[in-house]
Formats: sequence, C-alpha cells, structure tokens
Amino acid sequence: MAGKGRGVAAFTFNIEALGIGRGSMPEARVGPSPLFPNTDFKPVPLKAGEDEDYMLALKQEMRGTMQRLPHNIKPQSNKAEVERYTERYLKHRQMEDEEWIPDWNLFPKELMPQKKKPRVKAGTKRKTVSRKETQDMLNKLDELAKKDEGNPEKSDDETEKKTRNEDGEEEIEEEEYEEDIEEENDYIESYFDNGEDFAADSDDNMDGEATY
Amino acid sequence: MTAQEVRLCGLLLREHFGEVVAKVGTHLLRSGAQNLRTIIHETGISLDLVKKSLCVLVQHGTCVFSAGRKGPGSPTEYQTSCDRILRILRYPRYIYTAKTLYGDTGELIIEELLQRGHMTMSSTVKTVADRLTQNMEEGRSMDYSEVSSAFSKLVETHFLQRCPPQAGAGTKESSTPATPPTPESFPDCYKVPHMTLIGRGKRQLSSEDGEDQRNAKKAKLDLETHGDEGIYWQVNFERFHLHFRDQAIISAVANKLDQTSSEIVRTMLRMSEVTTSPTATCTKPLSANEIFRSLPSSYNIARPILDQYLTLLVDDPMEFVGKAGESGGGMYVVNLHRALANLARATLESVVQERFGSRSARIFRLLLRKRHLEQKQVEDFAMIPAKEAKDMLYTLLSQNLVQLQEVPKTPDFAPSRTFYLYTVNQLPTARMLLQNCYKTVANLIERRLFESRESKRLLEKSQRIEAILASLQASGAEPEQLTEVEEMITAPEKQQLESLRVHINKLDSAENQVDETIFLLESYVNSTATSTG
Repeated sequence: MAGKGRGVAAFTFNIEALGIGRGSMPEARVGPSPLFPNTDFKPVPLKAGEDEDYMLALKQEMRGTMQRLPHNIKPQSNKAEVERYTERYLKHRQMEDEEWIPDWNLFPKELMPQKKKPRVKAGTKRKTVSRKETQDMLNKLDELAKKDEGNPEKSDDETEKKTRNEDGEEEIEEEEYEEDIEEENDYIESYFDNGEDFAADSDDNMDGEATY
Repeated sequence: MTAQEVRLCGLLLREHFGEVVAKVGTHLLRSGAQNLRTIIHETGISLDLVKKSLCVLVQHGTCVFSAGRKGPGSPTEYQTSCDRILRILRYPRYIYTAKTLYGDTGELIIEELLQRGHMTMSSTVKTVADRLTQNMEEGRSMDYSEVSSAFSKLVETHFLQRCPPQAGAGTKESSTPATPPTPESFPDCYKVPHMTLIGRGKRQLSSEDGEDQRNAKKAKLDLETHGDEGIYWQVNFERFHLHFRDQAIISAVANKLDQTSSEIVRTMLRMSEVTTSPTATCTKPLSANEIFRSLPSSYNIARPILDQYLTLLVDDPMEFVGKAGESGGGMYVVNLHRALANLARATLESVVQERFGSRSARIFRLLLRKRHLEQKQVEDFAMIPAKEAKDMLYTLLSQNLVQLQEVPKTPDFAPSRTFYLYTVNQLPTARMLLQNCYKTVANLIERRLFESRESKRLLEKSQRIEAILASLQASGAEPEQLTEVEEMITAPEKQQLESLRVHINKLDSAENQVDETIFLLESYVNSTATSTG
C-alpha cells in the first residue's frame, strides 16, 4: 500500500476480471444530489374501502380526544405572551379538564404531587406602615421644619440650591427609569396597543418616539 | 431499540400526550432505566412536570417501574420500551376489531380503555353506557348490565386482562425482584370480579349546561362502591395480535386458493384457539373427522370435498397447512410460524417488485430459492441480459436487499481466486424493512404536522368561524347573518381547506396501512426469536 501512492487506482488485481470495463465506470458527479431520489416506479395507491375509512375516522377521533384528556400534559405556558384574538374562540373547545386523580396504590409514592405549603419568609414581610407611625413621622418633620425656620443664619440660597439639586437629580433618575422601561421590551408597549384608545394616547406615543 | 424506533415513539408520544411526556419518554428510551432524580437532572424539566409525565406513562402501561437494582432502599427506577409505545399506532385497528367482534359496545369499551390506559370495570361500564345512551334516540338508554356482559365476554376471550398487581407501588419497601411481573403470571388475570352496578346510562342534556355540570360534579363526589375498586383492566395486545395473525393467514389462504379453503382454515384455527399456546409454532394436530364435525353446516362442504381441500392445502407451496399423521383420516396442523415466514417473504418480494420492477423481483426470488448464486448464474437463471442483470443485482446489493458472500479459494482473498456468491438473508432483510417502515411512519407523521402547520392560520380561521356560527345559531340569529359569517371563508380558501383535508386523510390512512406491514414483519421477527431461543 505504501508504495502505490495516493489517488492512483490502487487495485492489486485486474478490474476487468470483475466485469467492470473501461467504459462502464460511473461518471463523475457534478453538483449536489437531488433533494428527493427520483423513483422509477410510482407507488401503488392506498387501499380504500369501508374498513379503511372507518379506521381513518377512528384514528383521527382518537388523536382528537387524546389531546383533550388530562393525560396530555402541556408545557407551562408563558403567561406573558399576548393573548391572541383567536384564543377567545378556541378556548371553549379546550379541555374537559376534569382533574385526573390516579389511584396511588398503583404508582410509586414518590410521584405523588407535593402539596405546596404557603411559604412564609420571615425577612420579606411587607412592612405595613400604620397610621400612627406616619403621624409620628409627620410630626417630626414639622418640628424639624420649625427648627430650620428658627435658624435664619443659613442662607436661603443654599437651601434653595440644595432643593434644586435634589430636584435635578430626581428628574435625571426619572428619565433613566423611563428609558429602562422602554428598553425592556424593545418597543413601546403603548404603541402596540389594540388600537381602541389610539386617539387618547397618540400624543404620548409621539413623545415616546421622539426619544429614539 | 433503534434510532428510527425512538424517533417514531417520540412523535407518537408527542401527538397523544404532549410535548413534555414525549421528552421524558424519549429520554427514558435512550438512556434505559433511571430514577426520578436523574431524569429531572438530565432532561432539565421541572420536578412537577416530570412526575406528571411519569404518571401518564405508567397509567398507559408504557413505563414500568421497579425498586432499584442496587438493593433494597435504592430509588425506584423507571423504564420504557419501544414495543409498547409503538402499539399506539395500532389503536385504530384494535378498536375496529373489537367493533367487528363485539359490536358498538365492544368498540367503546376498548376505545375507553385505550384512551385512559387502565380503568376499573365499573367506571368503564358507566362511561360506555353513558356514551351509548348519548347516541341513542330520545327516551332510550343503555342498561349497565348489557355493557358489563359485553365486558365479561371480552375478558373471557382474553381481549382484556387485569393489570398485574404492581410490586413496590404504594408501599415503599419491597423485596420483589427487579423484573416486572407479566400479566399472565398472575392467576386471577382473567377473572371478572363481582360487581354491583345497577342502573342505566345517563343522558347529558346539552340544554341545561350549568345544572348538568353541577350534576356531574355531584356524581363524582358521591363515592359509591361497586365492589371492584382497585382492580384495573387493560387491553391485552397479545391476544389482539394472535387474532390479527389468524386473520392474516385466513385472508392469505382466501387470496391464494379460494373462499372455501379459507373457511376450513378458519375452522381449524378456531378449534385450536384455546388449546394452542401463543408462542407455538403450529396448532395442535386435528383429525379430518374433527374438522369435518366442527365445520359450520352453512358452508355445505361434503366429507370427500373436505379431504380434497385438505390435500390441496398441504400441497400448496405456501405451506399454511401441514400433515402431522395418518390416523383419524389424517391429522392436520396449521403451520403458524411457517405461514408468518412465508407471508413475510411475500412482503419482501412485493417490496422489491414495487420498488425495482418485476425483473429485479425475479432475481430476488431466484436468490431466495437457490440461496447462493454466482453473478454468472444469476444472469443465466433469471434469463436477463448480462448487463441489465448486473445493474439490477448491484442496485439490490447497494440497497442491502441482497448480500454478497466471498468464498476464497486461497487464503489471500485474491479476487481472481475467489467465488462471489450472492444471497438473500430473509430475517435480516425483514428487520431492515421493518426499520424502513418505522421511518416511513415517522416521516408520514412529520409530513402531516408540516401540512397542518403550513395552513395553521386557515385552520384556525375556519375553527373560529365555526365557533361563531355555533354561537350565533344558539342565540337564534337570522339566516342572513349566518350566511354572511359563512362567506367569511372565501372560495379559494375553501378549496385549500378541502385539499388539506384530502392530504391529511391520505397520510393518516397510509399510517394505518403501513402498520399492517409492520405487524406482519414484527410477528415474523418475533416468531423466529421464540422458535430458536
């Protein structure tokens, strides 16, 4: 093998002995092979008759019912997806979704769905601000304000400046916030609304557009 | 389990149980027995969904579970098999057979059981009776007892069987062996429990929807006991397959010889139905006298004619019927396995004929009969010009329908001193064809999905319009309104819908009919496995 070199017809025997003549070698292939092989013989038609028709109907019916049984498990649907107009009409034909409760005597215990216990996280308890507390807070603020008034040494401009600065910061923050919202969806939500209240929102939309 | 089988199983599961189950199912098929943790980890599906899918698979008998292999206390392992999932393809045929044998009641019983996987007898009888009542005319209803007698008949003839008691289910600790129990090994397999269920099927009234639903709720809430709780029934596919096999033999005889001989074979098969074991290679010998006595009188076959027919059947090259002895006017058997082999061979031949033409089929048959032939001999015996014969032979070889056997005269395999023998191996070829069939069905399903995906908008539109029409009709709209809505589907759209319907019907029908070939080849392959091993 080593002596023959590559690419040269490396047969150790006379090819003609196999019945392959010089002329009968296959031609070089040009271009890709066809997508479907060409068939020399057409397929015979399907059997048709009452039996076949009935079985066909059975098959289609079976498929339909199986898809409506609770055994057909849907992947968790994405709630965020837009509800489409068609779904309103298709809904009523969905699911005779009686809960399917298997006989657990026949199934391994571990497959039983776990009851979800309402999770109580100590840290994340929402702070309920009682009225009393707010009242206290307001009182405190009032007192502080009175103190400020009582100290006229601090120049008014300073305080004014401060407030201005704060205002400015707030504005900047607000702008950033708006941009954030817009960027999340890559488009302005209100722009793609259902068109019902187009006229009312149109001004806003224009503004929104102008920012880009 | 081949790639083709797994692909088809995945498609079937997806169509019947949804995307998630298909994913879990194919994963289990690919990786063998696994425990819950591993499945969740490797599929990346949430715990809840995996549990649900496993429940569905177990419910439908497509998945078995057993206590772990690593001794007691190890986690439960789940395992699916292609065989059981591929049966989904045959569901229409099971249902149809039940209809021909036991009428509408039988049909609905089998259908319900196939849809639900397994059910108790009482709940099956109830749902079936309700469904039958629904289809009856007003004022009539189906008695539960009628349905339950049909159910008992199906059990008696072994078309239905009890689900085997699950080892390791329910109880956590179990010391049973890892092999799943077969239903047949369970003694009460075909015993109908005593069941107290009296009443008639109820009709659901569509007019009072709200009340009706409340009633249904109530019915579900009251926990009546019928005395058969915990005894679940499933369809015995093996029994159906035996029936299909017998039918295939009978119809083959009818096509090869004539109707009368097929009736004789049918009688023989019916007589030995009970005495022959499902895996037997041939039926128990029956004497001509016995056959004669069991022939229904309506056939009008005289004794001498029967003898003539029997000798004719024995002499037939298909060898459906064999002679086992001379006593009692001649003892005859039906060669079940040989019949399957011959039917499979005929299938192979016809595949070659339809794909490559009748002259290639001649070469194929020649090789089947003569076993080993040199190229020169093939050309001579087939009486086909050398060049064409060579072409056909090589085409068959490249399609793997024909194999090449080298027989060297000297140990160096020099081509000039080697015989090249062409041969056909029936069993591997049948296996290959079987795989092709699985591939075909998978392709048909894909194509159908593609077709319906292509015109999804149109289908949705027509569904929507149907829904609107129905709601309009319910609210008593004027006919003009109705026609207006109807016209929302334009003529070309209607045409498109119609052609889509034709295409889908054709694809579905093709699936059903490929399955017949699959059944034949599967039975042949299985029969060789049992007769040799």
